[in-house]
Amino acid sequence: MAKVYASATIAAAPSAVWAVVRDFNALPKWTPFVAESRIEQNRLADQVGCIRNFRLKDGGRIREQLLALSDYEMSFGYAILESPMGVENYYATFKLSPITDLDHTFAEWQAEFDAPPERQDGLVAQIGRNVFAAGLAALRQRFSR
Amino acid sequence: MARVFGSTIFAQPIARVWALIRDFNGHESWHPAVERSRIEFDEPADKVGAVRRFRLRGGGEIREQLLALSDREHSFRYFIVEAPVALRDYVAEMRLKPVTGEDATYCEWRAEFDPPPSERESLTRFVREEIVAAGFAAIRQALTHERAPTVARVAPEPAQTDARAVVLTRYGGPEALEMRGLAVPPPGSDEARLRQTAIGVNFIDVYCRRGGFTLVPPGGVLGMEAAGVVERLGPGVNGLSVGDRVAYACAPPGAYTTARNMRADMLVKLPPGLTDRQAAALMLKGITASFLLHDVYAVKPGDFVLIHAAAGGVGQLLCRWAKALGARVVGVVSSPAKAQIARALGCDLVLLSGQPDLIEATRRFAEGEGAHVAYDAVGADTFDRSVAALRPRGHLVSFGQASGDVGARSIDALASGSVTLSRPNYSHYTDTPAKLAAQTSRLFAALAAGHIEAAEPRVYPLADASRAHADLEGRRTTGAIVLTP
Repeated sequence: MAKVYASATIAAAPSAVWAVVRDFNALPKWTPFVAESRIEQNRLADQVGCIRNFRLKDGGRIREQLLALSDYEMSFGYAILESPMGVENYYATFKLSPITDLDHTFAEWQAEFDAPPERQDGLVAQIGRNVFAAGLAALRQRFSR
Repeated sequence: MARVFGSTIFAQPIARVWALIRDFNGHESWHPAVERSRIEFDEPADKVGAVRRFRLRGGGEIREQLLALSDREHSFRYFIVEAPVALRDYVAEMRLKPVTGEDATYCEWRAEFDPPPSERESLTRFVREEIVAAGFAAIRQALTHERAPTVARVAPEPAQTDARAVVLTRYGGPEALEMRGLAVPPPGSDEARLRQTAIGVNFIDVYCRRGGFTLVPPGGVLGMEAAGVVERLGPGVNGLSVGDRVAYACAPPGAYTTARNMRADMLVKLPPGLTDRQAAALMLKGITASFLLHDVYAVKPGDFVLIHAAAGGVGQLLCRWAKALGARVVGVVSSPAKAQIARALGCDLVLLSGQPDLIEATRRFAEGEGAHVAYDAVGADTFDRSVAALRPRGHLVSFGQASGDVGARSIDALASGSVTLSRPNYSHYTDTPAKLAAQTSRLFAALAAGHIEAAEPRVYPLADASRAHADLEGRRTTGAIVLTP
């Protein structure tokens, strides 16, 4: 079992950040690495169980299923169904928390997965840096004042 | 259920922030509201279940128990066991998370509690501002200023407290009392330090001063009872908090002072309706009346009860309480003015101690036979007449000697009426917490039921203790006397 964790502070109120990231189909809007995305089978993007099917800018295609969504906790969780990364049992959560004294946002993105031992470290670094940290940095940038 | 949530970012890496806040006893070094904290029973601060006891700067003490500690989650959770404010069922958690991109730390502090509706808003604001927000600011400052680690720091015992006390310079008259400075050490194990607000004056203090009782050696401090506020607790004290209003009426003597240490389990928490002065005036006399009327001799409805010094401190309580128990009461007093008081107390017959037909008058009133019981704290002057005023198989309770020692007597006089004689000693009815609790609960119940009243005592400044003694001995007072620091 490998784990990846990344977090960042964002200079905006949690509600503003949540309005952007809550949309399970919005990866092209706020991440730098997704070219296009759609929700399969005409489901809604906030329907738990829906599947997003998106293409990375480098060409890879990924299918992920929404397994949990909480407006109360400002969090969602999803699993990878298909990807070119070669990971098994991949489950990720994204969560926003308020920074009450500044009215800013603390964002966490983390994942657990199985992979062959010799590839684990490389995958942790790749997902942590190129996906999670890059995505959070883009959010920070978007809301920087 | 009220909830408070606060969170912030610290510019330091998580390991440094965790090192500071992980110490469950370390908050005294950074939290502005915490004056002094220690872990009870000398347990380690990271033992789950440990209780930290700390003093708030504004006064008051809080005890909190560590419920959970996780070095993996960088979190701990705790529960308020005891607090001077209504933070009931208060559970709080502090949790750190790393901000991976910035080498900083996200910190959450959440609390849940169940406030009384009327205090919901004020307590929520108190927790949000005085505890959480002020705590964050303090942690930030502690991290910025790189204070030395405080984990191993032992809280210094405060220096002794200076008190002013009335010292018995030698056995003798009221002039033997003198106000002096006195150092009160920190409270020892199972002790509490009181800041005294009212001190009861009793005849036993006079006996001690004269040397008839040797409870207080010359150089010592008189006084058996007082009321006050708990100012500090020694190790191992349970069931008391700093700020509690308490009273005591027991050995060891030493009440004529502004501050002292007392065995915590002999302190009685005062009911809200009773002022400190009333309590200092009532405790010893009320407890005395309690065991005299119930334990030494159990007064029954219809009993004829003779009470000497009926307008005195204990006398007034005996008269009212005996009436409430259904007795017919003969009150004996030394002056017409005191006779009025005795009548107001409900005495069925009031006699002057100087009147020659005292015995006859009592017998006549008591079915021609005499009293079932006589309560006599006057001593030498009244002993023989008390015996004579009893019916056969009557009971003389001799519990004082205001007029002097009863002296050596033949017990043959008792045989003429098969008289039972008791010479009760206060301590034998009150010298354990259980015995004391039985008396005080009976006393407070009688007070609540209106059977007795907590009279307003006559007040003298502590520095005038000599004058208070002189007036008490000169029979110039009625009711109770207290000294105020």
